[in-house]
Amino acid sequence: MENKISSESLKLEFEVAKEDFSRAGEASSNIKKVLRQLGIDAQIIRRVAIATYEAEINIVIHSEGGKITLYIYPEFIQITAADKGPGIENIELAMKEGFSTASNRVRELGFGAGMGLPNMKRCCDTFTIESERGKSTVVTMLINMNKGGDNHDNH
Amino acid sequence: MIIIKDLVDKYDFRIVTGEEHINREIRGLYCCDLLSWVMSHAKQQDAWITVQTHTNIVAVAALLDIGCIIIPENITIESETISKAVEEGVVILRTPLSAYHIFCCFQELGLK
Repeated sequence: MENKISSESLKLEFEVAKEDFSRAGEASSNIKKVLRQLGIDAQIIRRVAIATYEAEINIVIHSEGGKITLYIYPEFIQITAADKGPGIENIELAMKEGFSTASNRVRELGFGAGMGLPNMKRCCDTFTIESERGKSTVVTMLINMNKGGDNHDNH
Repeated sequence: MIIIKDLVDKYDFRIVTGEEHINREIRGLYCCDLLSWVMSHAKQQDAWITVQTHTNIVAVAALLDIGCIIIPENITIESETISKAVEEGVVILRTPLSAYHIFCCFQELGLK
């Protein structure tokens, strides 16, 4: 974990190891604790928690490892999840609810429901994903701080 | 209002971790074993019934501020999960009851 305070943003960065199910969720738990200490609105924290958890689990299950980086600004939070590959062949398909390439072993643990990327998209105000086969995947999510804003996760 | 203690006092629930939170209020009940589905649908202060017992259920519960995890049908809970729950302050209850009978208990307690 790396903390850097620049003039207007706070940076948090966490390495996520591949296939390390026992530690999966630690990065997102730590992020949540920092946001709580900063006194950020509970609904915003919930959205960031879901987005970072799903990103973390995706890196653990599907990638060669990667990292999650947050920049916290007064107006918004930027979350970037970048892995070391192997990339997504068909992004459109990967974004479909229920579609998953996870193994049976992983599914038995309750992962691989095909809800990760759709959950991330639903939780944030801006969502971009860049990937191709054989390359790394980079997901960038912005969550606005305005409390009265459009709450995508209000069930 | 339903608190965790009501379950332990009135029905066959055993507190595995988080005894210090026994007076915590439970506002809802949710049952699902797909973690991403739980992430997007369970609410803060829900009791969450799951047959999953690996450490990641603690991360999900902590991230969502789940009221307590309920492991039904006396399923054995992994020791790593118990240690992680203690560390994170997550309450885990274990019961011989099935998910259906757990829902019945909550209804008797007045959950609407």
